[in-house]
Amino acid sequence: MRVSVKREPPDAEADPTVEEGAAGRGSIGVDSWVAQSSDRRDVGTGWRRVLARADARIGWWPRLALVTILGLAFAQLSTNVNIQTVAFNSLLYALLAMGLNIAVGWSGLLDLGYIASFGFGAYGYAIFSSTALGTDGVGGSHLPAIESILIVVAAAGVVGAVLGLIALRVSGDYFAIVTLFLGQAFFEVANNVDTGTFGGVNGLFGLDPLHSFGVTVTTPLGYYYLALGMCVLVAAVLHLLDTSRTGRAWRALNDDQLAASAMTLSVSKLKVMAYAFATMVGALAGTLFAAQQDNVFPTNFTSNILILIYACLVLGGVGSIAGAILGGIVVTVAENMLGSPTDAAYLFYGLIIIALIAKVRPWRRLGWVVAGVIAFGYAMHAIVGAIAPSATAGHPGSPGWIGSALKGYVIVPSNPQNFGNALYLALIVGLVAIVRLRGIKQLIAVIITIYVAACCWEGRLIVNPAITTQIMLGAILIVTMAARPYGLLGKHRVETI
Amino acid sequence: MALLEIDNLSLSFGGLRAISDLDIEVNESEIVSVIGPNGAGKSSVFNVISGIYEPTDGDIRLGGESIVGKRPFRIARMGIARTFQSLRLFQNMTVKENVKTATYGNTKASPPESILRLPRARREEREVDALATEVLSFFGERLAGYRWDQPAYSLSYANRRRLEIARALATRPRLLMLDEPAAGMNPKETHEITELIARLRDELSLAILVIEHDMHVVEGISDRVVALDHGVKITEGSFEQVATHPAVIEAYLGRDPEELAQA
Repeated sequence: MRVSVKREPPDAEADPTVEEGAAGRGSIGVDSWVAQSSDRRDVGTGWRRVLARADARIGWWPRLALVTILGLAFAQLSTNVNIQTVAFNSLLYALLAMGLNIAVGWSGLLDLGYIASFGFGAYGYAIFSSTALGTDGVGGSHLPAIESILIVVAAAGVVGAVLGLIALRVSGDYFAIVTLFLGQAFFEVANNVDTGTFGGVNGLFGLDPLHSFGVTVTTPLGYYYLALGMCVLVAAVLHLLDTSRTGRAWRALNDDQLAASAMTLSVSKLKVMAYAFATMVGALAGTLFAAQQDNVFPTNFTSNILILIYACLVLGGVGSIAGAILGGIVVTVAENMLGSPTDAAYLFYGLIIIALIAKVRPWRRLGWVVAGVIAFGYAMHAIVGAIAPSATAGHPGSPGWIGSALKGYVIVPSNPQNFGNALYLALIVGLVAIVRLRGIKQLIAVIITIYVAACCWEGRLIVNPAITTQIMLGAILIVTMAARPYGLLGKHRVETI
Repeated sequence: MALLEIDNLSLSFGGLRAISDLDIEVNESEIVSVIGPNGAGKSSVFNVISGIYEPTDGDIRLGGESIVGKRPFRIARMGIARTFQSLRLFQNMTVKENVKTATYGNTKASPPESILRLPRARREEREVDALATEVLSFFGERLAGYRWDQPAYSLSYANRRRLEIARALATRPRLLMLDEPAAGMNPKETHEITELIARLRDELSLAILVIEHDMHVVEGISDRVVALDHGVKITEGSFEQVATHPAVIEAYLGRDPEELAQA
């Protein structure tokens, strides 16, 4: 049966449901006036208004084109290989988050085994681009990248559909548990297979770089361009899908499955489709990852990575393609900055300054807080130094000028280990106090907490970057979600209970 | 032959009989109201027809074809659309998207066709858009254009009821089942919805099965009324016949104590 329009829309004037006098759209208090309130609301002043207006006008593809141009311009600016690699990783996570968004954000399938699709793609590429299947056999042929990627992504679609058929026999939390098992099963299998063929615990290495049509990609910049191209392509495809009947149907499933089935939607088939599409995007990201890294190991596909992908999606905004991309970039860049002490210090103090500027108003009060933080710090340092000189004998952990500048400010004992642990507890107490207190007491709590945070950071946190990275990422996520509960670019949602 | 034929229908949950030996027929362009006190089994009848429950016994036919045992989306595609007593909109989608979503069963474009915007996908999308506009314009100012891009959760209660009807209409049904369409509406809105239901029958030649507690609505729209109590059909006929039937009055008000004492 095809949809066809047989009848003209009824004439509004002959329509009995039209109220007399309701035509006055401008009159205050009338239905339509209330509904248009968002248009009249002040969206801010100056550049914020300009941005908001532009945001409402520009269509999806000019936005994507703008982002692409920014991405290309970025590559021209930077010749630093490390930065290019971080940029590549950002886009890789953006790609992964976009794929996860199909299942989690649109269709409401809490897929905790998504990491397996990433691994499937990576191992698939590795097998076709190495001697894994024998020097002269199928794998020995060292397929060109375009062929192996297409084969792997198509196979991922099939595997995703088959696994989806099994996993989707249960729904809700039970589905999440089954997929968690699938993800874990992938890791266990990859880790325990025969080391001769599929690498097992040793992984597969010495893979071909990405090569097709006579071009071989070997440089970090080349892989960055490739990742950018794939991101733009996937974003465009997903947007077109989102605004089609399939995308609408997926989002309807997320809201109400029973109503969806009563409205002609084949719920099970749509879920399997969503799961398969998510698997395909994950696998595509996997092939890119394997080619760039030149090897694959089972430990590349643990649940730690899955949590990071979820962090990208949640931070960016569940259900939003742009959010997934932004989340991928923010999380990856933050993670990398936290790995280097200097950058981590910039990030740490930068976030404190941004939070102060954003949250403390008016300016006069901000001035008091800053003055308070500085005065309180030097006073504490002087007092503690006078009582016990050894308590201030240590050097701040931050290298470079930040460390030197804070030398006479923060309290760092010669052995900061235990003192730092105590400060860390004090920091948590201080944060709780900031949330609970109001007025002048809150300002005092802010001043003390910032000083405690600085001391804790210089004495304890920065010397353990591995742990600090996790704590800081968690803190960034919590603070962002508190400020924007639906993620950076997410839309307000209501959940049907 | 009637469009919808419910034949000897029974539904049990364990030992509890929700519906017993029920017969209902609905003809084309006819509005049949189902009334009865709370717990009489009215909503269960709807859930059985739309495939959410499978009947214990009996048959349901649409246009002569049995729909028993079919899954809900198959039944919906055969031409039975419904609204829900407890509103079940796609809350986070816009008003227009809610309506468009219901055309899923009547469109065919595969994901690759949609992604590449191939001719069939484009044509279907145009038709879906026109259909959504047409269906929404049935509600005039109440669901006027400026609301179409607002999320469904932002609508008023009465407008959610209207949107549920619009969404059901977008499936291109032959039989429309409305579960308490006037619940939670003020008298003016109730009057509007009564007129609207009559228009749906007259302009779209729809067969309509309505559950309603508001007797003004039932009186205003019904071609026929079926009264249920404890899952059993008490009586059937015109509104006047049913409203004055002693068994119906008894079901709603109970028996006169004096009469009970004499019996």
